[in-house]
Amino acid sequence: MRIRTLAVGVLVGGLTLTTLTACGKEGTPSTPGAGDQSGSSAAALPSYPVASGVDLAGSPVFAKMKSAGALTVGAKDDQPGLGQKDPTTGKFGGFDIEIAKLVSAGLGFDPEKITFRTVDSGAREQTIANGDVNYYVGTYSITDKRKALVSFAGPYFVAGQDLLVRKDDSSITGKDTLKGKKVCSVTGSTPIQKIRSENLTEPGNIVEFQKYSQCVEKLLSKDVDAVTTDDAILKGYASQDPDNLKVVGQTFSTEKYGIGLNKDDKVLRDKVNEILQKALDDGTWQKIYDATLGKSGSAAKKPTLEKY
Amino acid sequence: MDVLFNNLDLFGPFFLRTIELFVLSAVGSLVLGTVLAMLRVSPVPVFRAVGTAYVTIARNTPLTLVFAFFVFAYPLLDIVKLDYFPAAVTALTVYTAAFICEVVRSGINTVPVGQAEAGRALGLTFGQILGQVVLPQALRSVVPPLISTLIALLKNTTIAAGFSVAEAGAIRSYLSERGENQLVGLLWVALGFIILVAVLSFVQRSLEKRWSVAR
Repeated sequence: MRIRTLAVGVLVGGLTLTTLTACGKEGTPSTPGAGDQSGSSAAALPSYPVASGVDLAGSPVFAKMKSAGALTVGAKDDQPGLGQKDPTTGKFGGFDIEIAKLVSAGLGFDPEKITFRTVDSGAREQTIANGDVNYYVGTYSITDKRKALVSFAGPYFVAGQDLLVRKDDSSITGKDTLKGKKVCSVTGSTPIQKIRSENLTEPGNIVEFQKYSQCVEKLLSKDVDAVTTDDAILKGYASQDPDNLKVVGQTFSTEKYGIGLNKDDKVLRDKVNEILQKALDDGTWQKIYDATLGKSGSAAKKPTLEKY
Repeated sequence: MDVLFNNLDLFGPFFLRTIELFVLSAVGSLVLGTVLAMLRVSPVPVFRAVGTAYVTIARNTPLTLVFAFFVFAYPLLDIVKLDYFPAAVTALTVYTAAFICEVVRSGINTVPVGQAEAGRALGLTFGQILGQVVLPQALRSVVPPLISTLIALLKNTTIAAGFSVAEAGAIRSYLSERGENQLVGLLWVALGFIILVAVLSFVQRSLEKRWSVAR
């Protein structure tokens, strides 16, 4: 008897809760930053004509996509302007996401049917090698060491390491002014390894979290003084909160973003390079940039593809 | 082998950090856990309630949440400033102490009530009975579960990697950025932990031999 009353109580409580949250979801507008991206820029984003009759003989990954009839693409979900998941709609948006859609259309798959899968930095190589994603687009820098594990199409964007600071902080002007300042980035990321190995600040001042958003939170609460990573990522955060944050603007590295592909699939890599080259030539790339990262106000620098 | 030797600058200091983290929080949680166990068996109802509440809360909260509290929420309270390493030690201590408390308490329950009564008959205070009669015997009888809890603590230290403490748990992300083979890297990290746990098991065996209680 008591159990039944309890069960009914739980059920009623659960129902009320779900209705309540459902109402909340319907009524609440999405966050300002994300809303901007999906709202006003949606019109400006180019559409990608889906290619027909694409056939890549000798590409195992393409054969897999073909038989599945759909794509799984690896991406980041916490990088405004590049790869970000809207918490209310669950949709991905940003420069990287648009590149992923462009490639999908070029391969003959409707971009609407892509399933985006969030893959954190540390798991990228393994996810690609295991075939859990067909390709990966998420601020993935091309390096020689990584080339031994995966292969890259692109670069589709060239970024550089930079610093994000509080708007009212004029003491940090570049990498040589970091001594004595607390610098934050993602655990083990290339930028933080650079800060550590080049001794740009004291080891005790290096702060590492799992996500950039946690670093930005700490920056705003003044527990750290600078967040460092590629300028593209930082510009995304700065454009979300321009009253409190700014990017210093002195890049001190070159990061070429590539599309991560299965190491043994040269056929697919050549095809993706061809799609990217076409987008660079016919202005689609520029349109994508203007509708996403270009909103931060900085000019685009077209990359040169490396076909190896 | 290459993965290990090319990245000794990671494995060395990072494992050292793991050991520091472990030793400090092991000492902290052994002390705090024993105090909590004493609270839980004390004759004062308020003390017992405090001990029970602590254990219930700390043992039922996932460790990552405890970490997140000390790293993200606690600084907003503006009490004492905790850097990331001390924050990690605090989080691990607060969490592990609840488990140590229950292990010690189970040890206390193995000591026959008659001994406490005999102590009281001799005129010993509660503190004296606990400290000189009960606890020494209790600790001797719980060496294996105590060491198991410490082994769990050792492995739990890897969570600190997500909260700005560069220890063994962070090695994988570093290797990934350096483009090293992560699976091989993980094997080396696992081997490191096996060695550390082997040391603890050795301590357990020798303590068991030395302290075995004839009943």
